Amino acid sequence: MSQAWKNLLWLQAGSCGGCTMSMLEQGASGWFAELKNFGVRLLWHPSVSEESGVEVLTILDRIERGETQLDIFCVEGSILRGPNGSGKFNRLSGTSRSFLDVTRSLATRADFCVAVGTCAAFGGVPAGEPDPTDACGLHYDGGESGGALGRDYRSQKGLPVINVAGCAPHPGWIIETIQALATGDLAAEDLDAFGRPAFFAAHLAHHGCSRNEFYEFKASARVLSERGCLMEHLGCKATQAVGDCNQRAWNGGGSCTHGGFACISCTAPGFEDARNFHATPKIAGLPVGLPLDMPKAWFMTLAALSKSATPERVRKNAEADRIVENPRRGK
Amino acid sequence: MTRLVVGPFNRVEGDLELTLDIADGRVSEARVATTLYRGFEQILTGRPAADALVIAPRVCGICSLSQSMAAAAALRAVSGIRPPPNGELAANIAHAAENIADHLTHFYLFFMPDFARDFYAGEAWFPGVAARFKAVAGAAAREVLPARARLLHVMGLIAGKWPHSLSVQPGGVTRALELGEKMRLIAIFGEFRAFLEKVLFAAPLEQVVAIATPEHLGEYARGAGDFAAFLRLAESLRLEGLGRIALPLISFGAYHRAEGALFPAGLLAPGAREPSPLPPGAIREDVAFSFLHENSADPALAVTLPDAERENGYSWAKAPRLAGIPAETGAVARQAVAGDPLIRALIAKGTGASGGTNVFARVVARVMEIARLTLAAGEWAQALQLKESFFAHGPAAVEGAGIGMVEAARGALGHWLTVEKGLIRRYQIVAPTTWNFSPRDAHGVPGPLEQALVGIETGEAGAKAPAIQHVVRSFDPCMVCTAH
Repeated sequence: MSQAWKNLLWLQAGSCGGCTMSMLEQGASGWFAELKNFGVRLLWHPSVSEESGVEVLTILDRIERGETQLDIFCVEGSILRGPNGSGKFNRLSGTSRSFLDVTRSLATRADFCVAVGTCAAFGGVPAGEPDPTDACGLHYDGGESGGALGRDYRSQKGLPVINVAGCAPHPGWIIETIQALATGDLAAEDLDAFGRPAFFAAHLAHHGCSRNEFYEFKASARVLSERGCLMEHLGCKATQAVGDCNQRAWNGGGSCTHGGFACISCTAPGFEDARNFHATPKIAGLPVGLPLDMPKAWFMTLAALSKSATPERVRKNAEADRIVENPRRGK
Repeated sequence: MTRLVVGPFNRVEGDLELTLDIADGRVSEARVATTLYRGFEQILTGRPAADALVIAPRVCGICSLSQSMAAAAALRAVSGIRPPPNGELAANIAHAAENIADHLTHFYLFFMPDFARDFYAGEAWFPGVAARFKAVAGAAAREVLPARARLLHVMGLIAGKWPHSLSVQPGGVTRALELGEKMRLIAIFGEFRAFLEKVLFAAPLEQVVAIATPEHLGEYARGAGDFAAFLRLAESLRLEGLGRIALPLISFGAYHRAEGALFPAGLLAPGAREPSPLPPGAIREDVAFSFLHENSADPALAVTLPDAERENGYSWAKAPRLAGIPAETGAVARQAVAGDPLIRALIAKGTGASGGTNVFARVVARVMEIARLTLAAGEWAQALQLKESFFAHGPAAVEGAGIGMVEAARGALGHWLTVEKGLIRRYQIVAPTTWNFSPRDAHGVPGPLEQALVGIETGEAGAKAPAIQHVVRSFDPCMVCTAH
């Protein structure tokens, strides 16, 4: 890298720490080496940096006073505004300041502001009903623009908050976003309508699902552990959920649907307020949530057609926990 | 007397603040606070029972699968469903991978970097330790992070992903493994074992787990590897005398199978030679010094509601007590209850009449457990019977109450669940660090860490005294679990 080092600060607000755990799963050489390769210097991260206590407050203070350049500001976790707008549910340890206050102050200094995970992006699980802490994301409160920083927020380089949604996000989504900011390759037009980087959010979790043949023939699993498509009965939202989840390996080769459970659309605002995650809501026997932007009549027609053409092998395997009939040439 | 406030306290999971009263250069009183409350128990209430499997694991990103195991066990206690042996085995393998990864992360990323601080620059061992363990820049991370990532490929096979999976269910795990996947599991544990035998232990794992006495451990410490390097600096800094407490040690038991648990549940009282069963119904949670409304102390009946203005409140955490007194949990308790002779000896050793846990014993127990679990999980992978089922189907949890008790990496984890008409009526989580980092109770009795910090010499370093850092991190605290 010929250009100057970029400073990255990562803070955890109302978080579970899972986004950091995911981040640490990245790559053959590990996260620290990958940052270094892209000229990114870790100013401080709560889980891995040496500085503690007053040393940390000094780092934050120097940024707030403009003495240290803040290039990339990553926030993990929801911003808790309660009780009564005080932010007291999440105080910055060692100080009397709320994280709400600290985040607002640092975000104005940052060239780029990254919400790591659905909590920081939209509020996430802590914002789930009854939303005990008045939780929100940095730039969104659920699906509504605003959040902790306000609708008009733009970082020093003129971008809205970049929302690396996911609970937890794939480590690649996080590191590639950071890397693209370091190389100057990520611009406003590379984000979708919810501020999510399109490189992963322009795909649907359904794309590349290992259950694709079962989906095509509407050969459905009836209960968990069966190999069929999880959409018709078991609540799978992969045809509506953004993310290239089934095009990249999670932990070496997994994904939610490959692992045998439903996509719960964890990249979407408000995913936490669904009920009965493993049951498909239906009206008159028809799933309510159809694949994104697919005309309902077409879907019904195609589904009926494909069901009538389902090979015996696919029908049998869909309702078993393992392959019970192998593919073979038809007569 | 002076009062020090220590925070943000990093390289722990979540938000921690210490308030230390210093008299004559030593800690005279300590108060431990968690500064984050998210309200998970409120969020769980009123939802369909099975949705606990979506919400509860998201309490914690570092022990997410342990939270899944506890939630599934609580649902199981209500519905009566039993997973088949493969379902239990596969969940145990994933659980072991999480536990090992957590211990590894703690040793290399959270705990050891404190010895690479400039404070220790005058020590003979410093140059080697600093080169290896310096935060972010040390050479060890370059080897450890890829090994950790590779180990967690176990999750890709069994859990779909980590953290936050839905694969562990009351009836077992959602994916029946195929032959190739079983081979991959065995291969992953084989590779991880090779990493441990080269980098962490520099010895065959069978030799490591056979170390049964402090003398034998001392001989081993003369060898190569990162664990031996720790043992040598621990001796030079006398870590066995640091952060010493003698409280009841509790384990909820882990890695259950038809033939029993690998690490059984139990209680080892201070000075006792053998563990006793956990007294049923003896767990209560006190909120006298918590920012929470007074409520039932029984986790089966309690409803958590915050009160940010509560008089005397200083932490969002509750204070769990076993038959009225604080208890310590974690790898050291788990191994002491399970009867590991080395850990028992390290606790008995030392100055106090009844001995006690300490920084050294806590870290040794954790690192030794990495070796034990890697061997066990490799065997479990071999034992999977692929022709058999991984999942049992049965009734859902509709009506009743149950407790899910498991061991997370950091110790005893319990979920108390009441279901009415298929919906969650009450949900209470008592997590390992809720025990270890509890605030005072109504009788004014401090929690385990609050006791362990008393007497530590802070000297001129004050709040920056490394001894404080070592004692706190020796518990491997998870603050996001502590108050959830």
